Amino acid sequence: MTLNTTSSEDRFAGERLKRTPFYPRLKELNLREAWDEWNGYKFADHFYDTDYEYFCIRNQCGTYDITPMQKHLIEGPDAEAMLNRMVTRDMTKLRVNRVTYLCWCDDGGRMIDDGTIFRLGEEKFMLTCGSPSNAWLAKSAVGFDNVTITDITDDTAAIAFQGPVTCEVLKKMGLEGIENLKRFGIMTFPFEGETMIVSRTGFTGDLGYELWVPAELGLKMWDKLYAAGEDYGIQPVGEGAVNMARLEAGLIMPYLDFSEALKTVHYKHDQSPLMLNIGFTVDFKKPHFNGREALLAEKEKGLDYILTKLDIEGNKVAEEAILYAEEECKTEIGYVTSAMWSPAVKANIALAMVKPEYLEKEIWAEIYFYKELRPYRKMAICTVRDKPFYMPPHASQTPPAIF
Amino acid sequence: MKTYDAVIIGAGHNGLTNAAYLAKAGLDVVIVEKNDYIGGAAVSRQLENGYWYSSCSYVCSMMRQVIHRDLNLTKHGLMLVPYLGTAAFGENGQTLMAYTAEGPAYNELKRFSAHDADAMYRLLADLDRYSTLIRKTLLRTPPDPGSFKPRDIKELMFLAKTFWEMGEAEIYEYIRFFTMSAAEFLDDYFENDFIKATMATPGIIGTALGVDSPGSAYILLHHVMGDVDGTIGAWGLARGGMGAISNALAGALQEHGGEIRTNAGVDQVLVKNGKAAGVVLENGDEIHAKLVVSNLDAKRTFTKIVDRDDLPPGIFERAKNFKIRGSSGKVNIALDGLPKFNGVPDNRYINRGGQAFIGSMEKLERAYDDWKRGKWSSDPFIESVIPSAWDPTVAPPGKHWMSNFIQYCPPQLADGPWTPEKRDAFGQTVIDKIERHSPGFKDLIVHMEVRTPYEIENEVGLTEGNIFQGELTIDQLLFNRPFPGYAQYRMPVKNMYMCGSSTHPGGGVSSACGANAAREILMDLKKPNTVPEDDCHDTQYNIF
Ligand SMILES: Cc1cc2nc3c(=O)[nH]c(=O)nc-3n(C[C@H](O)[C@H](O)[C@H](O)COP(=O)(O)OP(=O)(O)OC[C@H]3O[C@@H](n4cnc5c(N)ncnc54)[C@H](O)[C@@H]3O)c2cc1C
Repeated sequence: MTLNTTSSEDRFAGERLKRTPFYPRLKELNLREAWDEWNGYKFADHFYDTDYEYFCIRNQCGTYDITPMQKHLIEGPDAEAMLNRMVTRDMTKLRVNRVTYLCWCDDGGRMIDDGTIFRLGEEKFMLTCGSPSNAWLAKSAVGFDNVTITDITDDTAAIAFQGPVTCEVLKKMGLEGIENLKRFGIMTFPFEGETMIVSRTGFTGDLGYELWVPAELGLKMWDKLYAAGEDYGIQPVGEGAVNMARLEAGLIMPYLDFSEALKTVHYKHDQSPLMLNIGFTVDFKKPHFNGREALLAEKEKGLDYILTKLDIEGNKVAEEAILYAEEECKTEIGYVTSAMWSPAVKANIALAMVKPEYLEKEIWAEIYFYKELRPYRKMAICTVRDKPFYMPPHASQTPPAIF
Repeated sequence: MKTYDAVIIGAGHNGLTNAAYLAKAGLDVVIVEKNDYIGGAAVSRQLENGYWYSSCSYVCSMMRQVIHRDLNLTKHGLMLVPYLGTAAFGENGQTLMAYTAEGPAYNELKRFSAHDADAMYRLLADLDRYSTLIRKTLLRTPPDPGSFKPRDIKELMFLAKTFWEMGEAEIYEYIRFFTMSAAEFLDDYFENDFIKATMATPGIIGTALGVDSPGSAYILLHHVMGDVDGTIGAWGLARGGMGAISNALAGALQEHGGEIRTNAGVDQVLVKNGKAAGVVLENGDEIHAKLVVSNLDAKRTFTKIVDRDDLPPGIFERAKNFKIRGSSGKVNIALDGLPKFNGVPDNRYINRGGQAFIGSMEKLERAYDDWKRGKWSSDPFIESVIPSAWDPTVAPPGKHWMSNFIQYCPPQLADGPWTPEKRDAFGQTVIDKIERHSPGFKDLIVHMEVRTPYEIENEVGLTEGNIFQGELTIDQLLFNRPFPGYAQYRMPVKNMYMCGSSTHPGGGVSSACGANAAREILMDLKKPNTVPEDDCHDTQYNIF
């Protein structure tokens, strides 16, 4: 079912965005009317203040409506084999009730999208990703007879619940044993006669969970969660805040750090997973998968660019900066893909595409910034970081700290 | 017996910063602290099960971001979280909400005065401009105007240049600033008394001046020059209380091999052949070191722990007359639930900010009159915040603690010494006032820690309980802090330094004094400077 109840008398009905099951609550809490869109859904950029919401994730807890994220069920005896051909990781190694992060590529090894796969049963998987993937999934299933693919995006209400106190709130919500759930683990709980799936996953680098129920139970789940979180500062967070958190965690974002291969016009404007520095998701030990040959060849030959974490001197955000090998801007060696001031570590951070041969040398960012409408330019030296900028120990602790 | 490279007296946040930088530069350092806990006035203490009070300082905005970054304080557990607006209480049930977003904030001011709502924009721009100048000096050693050393001349030129860039008209304005009262300064902007009073309160926090006293305009500026992640004038909470700052600095110190000894009060600085050579602890133990750094205020350092005979003539007298008058109290209250305040909507955001119990300009000045007469204010100004509404680590779920900073409370009472009974009566005055704005408040109280200047002096060692380690008046600022001729962290005894808030740039949790002192010490030792330069004047939103 869908909850897109727009009145038939509304002359603009077709122009309006769909609403997620949580909309009645979101509407009340979006004090700033700061709406955006994601896959046809109305979706909040922020509710009150981006920085405030960011700190909810880092300090207490926040709920992020991930209903618009695409969700596909892949079921049947051939499901594992089909996915294993399509994605870069080895699906035979994914145990039931575990989740893994991965990506899939075209034949040229260029990345179509990244996402997570949940193994819900021996022959039942859920794939989630940022952009609609029905067509590509259909294509990937050619030759596999015993597999069914269902788009459950509109039928599922989902919340990413992130922050250091989230486990405590879920305990208060009655999710018994949730404290034992390890990172990338899945548990299921009976919920109003249906099932609620809870995974210890997220896109913030903090402690966090994702909660999944049938769409019609979305509001009920919301209300239960908010009642449990009352004393823990529970707050809806928008895309602005999540984007900050993910950058501190060193996670990549479509349309900022990568361009989906199937939607990219020029071959130099998309990327391979090796370039995006998520080579750990590419398993060359498993048999053929889409893009394998091309990725092997790329590995052999060396990368044109590699996504790199940069800590940049000063505090002028290096958004859209071009990188050079010298302060005098003679040799162009890369470009920044996303950048921000990190409130957690008090550093000027960025993800950037850098030519690998320059990684060990000086890297300079040419930064343009404004002061009261007037643009200024500055050159800032960059330091390469190997680890995520912010990686709090509490994020991986099991059982998580008690509050 | 072992000789350390340096011994630092006092584990206040500045002592810890200083020690961390010396240790980072490779020195063998030990820091000795009289209490059984570290942090001085930047401390979190659990006095009631499950509740962590920030016993003294409670909010953070001056902390040098570049030091946080450089010493990796996040790794050592520090997280600074900006807090939301404040609900201000005036006379006859007036309330003014300082909402975070510009539009609602403007609308709120306009309820009181359309004139003042506009004027607020001008005030904020002006404060921003004036504070930039001070911000630029925070992580720099003040020049000695009487010296002809090249570096002093260079530094004077730097100040002159920064000053000059403001433009001529602004320079005159700026000079007036140091001698004006907060009231006079604000008269130029506002017509509404309540708005004026709300904006005047940063001018009296921690100082023995009133809103009408010359000099309080600068205090106001001192309290709005900080920032959180580039938002100037914003204040934040340290997750885990202000002690989290000191603990993170201690973590950095230990990471670099520094040693911390608590329960190690210093009785005297050892001076041999005119040079500082270590300390004698209260228990008689001696610690030898090539140099000695004092985190104590100037008065305490030179009247209590350095022998008068070891000082050049005149210094003892100067220290004795150092202006360090206590004027503030602190009441920390553990609560069974979140209090509700008259006229404040049940709004999740405004209830995660602070409260300011103000009254009017007249009331603020009357509160000061009481102090002058040796009494605590019968109707005090109270600045409050409920950190637990934001920080899940400082009270059990659903329970809260409220930090109340009180202006004014004298170090000496006209009717004889402080007693526990008088201290409790002071606490009663405070909760009576809060109860008037929050009926039922008293029933929520689980535990209270009442601190007058007497307790603050005895526990933290801030003479007279002065929160800044010495008044922030022009005679004790910049190259005059603590004394003219001694503003460069070197003290009248050879091999002895000062690193506490008695030195430039003064009070507040900033780490600046400790870092500046470390830079000077490294310079004397001919070691490379490892103390970073400030980038505060280069913040995201700042325009200079
Ligand atoms: C009630 C109160 C509220 C405040 N509120 C704020 C606020 O909200 N925000 C803000 O930024 N600032 C605030 N301040 C000011 C700020 O806390 C201080 O300016 C700052 O913490 C001083 O740090 P320091 O390291 O220079 O000195 P201190 O913190 O005073 O450290 C000195 C240390 O030396 C130790 N010591 C003393 N004597 C001896 C001895 N003989 N031997 C060994 N050790 C000794 C002391 O125990 C102490 O640990 C407040 C201060 C007070 C008192």
